[in-house]
Amino acid sequence: MNAEAEAAVAVSKNKYDVNKIREDFPILKKKVHGKNLVYLDNAATTQKPNYVIDKVNKYYTTMNANIHRGVHALSQEATEAFEGARIQIKQFINALGKNQIIFTRGTTEAINLVASSYGRANIKAGDEIIISHMEHHSNIVPWQLLCKEKNAKLRVIPINDNGELIYEEFEKLVNERTKFISIVYVSNSLGTVNDVKRVIKYAHLFNVPVLVDAAQAVNHIKVDVQDLDCDFLAFSGHKIYGPTGIGVLYGKVELLESMPPYQGGGDMISKVTFDETTFNELPHKFEAGTPDIAGAIGLGAAIEYVNKIGIENIKEHEHSLLEYATKQIADVPGLRIIGTAKEKTSVLSFVLKNIHPHDIGTFLDFEGVAIRTGHHCTQPLMQRYNIPATSRASFGMYNTKEEVDVLVNGLKKIIEVFG
Amino acid sequence: MNQELKELYQQVILDHNKSPRNFRKMENATQFAEGYNPLCGDHIDVYLFIEDGIVKDVSFKGEGCAISKASASMMTSILKGKTKEEAEKLFEKFHELVTGKLGDNPDVDELGKLAVFAGVQEFPVRVKCASLAWHTMMNALHGKDEKVVTE
Repeated sequence: MNAEAEAAVAVSKNKYDVNKIREDFPILKKKVHGKNLVYLDNAATTQKPNYVIDKVNKYYTTMNANIHRGVHALSQEATEAFEGARIQIKQFINALGKNQIIFTRGTTEAINLVASSYGRANIKAGDEIIISHMEHHSNIVPWQLLCKEKNAKLRVIPINDNGELIYEEFEKLVNERTKFISIVYVSNSLGTVNDVKRVIKYAHLFNVPVLVDAAQAVNHIKVDVQDLDCDFLAFSGHKIYGPTGIGVLYGKVELLESMPPYQGGGDMISKVTFDETTFNELPHKFEAGTPDIAGAIGLGAAIEYVNKIGIENIKEHEHSLLEYATKQIADVPGLRIIGTAKEKTSVLSFVLKNIHPHDIGTFLDFEGVAIRTGHHCTQPLMQRYNIPATSRASFGMYNTKEEVDVLVNGLKKIIEVFG
Repeated sequence: MNQELKELYQQVILDHNKSPRNFRKMENATQFAEGYNPLCGDHIDVYLFIEDGIVKDVSFKGEGCAISKASASMMTSILKGKTKEEAEKLFEKFHELVTGKLGDNPDVDELGKLAVFAGVQEFPVRVKCASLAWHTMMNALHGKDEKVVTE
């Protein structure tokens, strides 16, 4: 089956055919507790279309070999497919060169790479690093570790009750001690889309580099690293309909060139003797060891698939789902939405009066509905709202209004039982 | 409601969740411990007043799901008047119950009302919710200062 062609048909002439798209995702046919699966946990991970599954399968069945340096046919084929994925990614985020695309295990590893390599080389005692109150733990802990090691200080941009950055407070935080800013593009818990361009522009007035955590952004909005002028950008494959275990770090060449290697090993070297090692050129300097070749190829395929549907079409579809869900859910008595920013992706976090998110999660599971409950790896954010946890429904390109109805009806049933 | 779900959320559990018993801070507690489940952020404080080896009073404060709250509430009800040894034995029995080690027909005499938690064994991810209060109580009983962390 040609999934590319199918995807193209699904979005012919402004007509977004969600049922056609659903056909591409085999897992959506699954039954859970005898009910149709309603998968609303897309902010945790997205499902994979046949196009991606087939590409990964094809790699293992027809071209599996280790990449780079192999002189035999399979190795060359595998290398070509792997490096081809790098080019797909470069184009997808509009990077200047493919040497700026470093494969990692995911967003978390990409952030750790920068904190460890750039951070250790450049951050000194008394320096300050700025993050925001809505960061995922993966964009808090690496900087905390670095600050502890270097005796530097972590500063936090506050947010308002709607879950939006307070930009005036951010500007007050930046000073001559500020040496790095790491900021989330889209909040995984709230769905807030931050004006990272504004943050970057201001930071650059002080020559402070900025890393953008785009894990929750790339699958919802067009990300253009040149337009943003970000210094680093990180994202994961599995949140954009690709495989787990693969992610990307983008960086500006002069910064990446200046940074020491993150890990040592094969592929990242140019020449090794027991006295000295010279390192390989970008991006290989940061890719020690055999990478997740199938994962990279799968990510390339996922980007191809998303491109075929069109990120703008996906955004529009998801936005209409969010609007519909926000309206429908308002009917549920005692429900409060956490995260009411003006600019949001399709994330709907909420608390229900007197009913704990875990009970909601278990109950909805029996309706076939998969949502996430808990702190979503954003404990400081939960503390900000003085709640232990939320329930979070997050929508992807294949979700429908009917699925929103199943969610809302499920919530109404829960109130009957617990209310 | 689905049968399995009904077994988990029995009426008595829902009642205890809605109006938990002994839900208060105890000012004159002889023993105290704090429990925490990082997975869901549930947090519980357990207070004991022990005299002559007997649990004279027991109470709890905190936040959690229906299972953890009802479990804590019923635990405090059943422990009052028990000796330390009896409390320990009940903990063991309860733990065996929710982890499915007692099978489908638990000895109701020994467990009393706690038998309603038999449904938890079908939900491995919820076992921690049911046992958090009990683990915390055991720490309080043995005067251990460290926080109980279940995940």
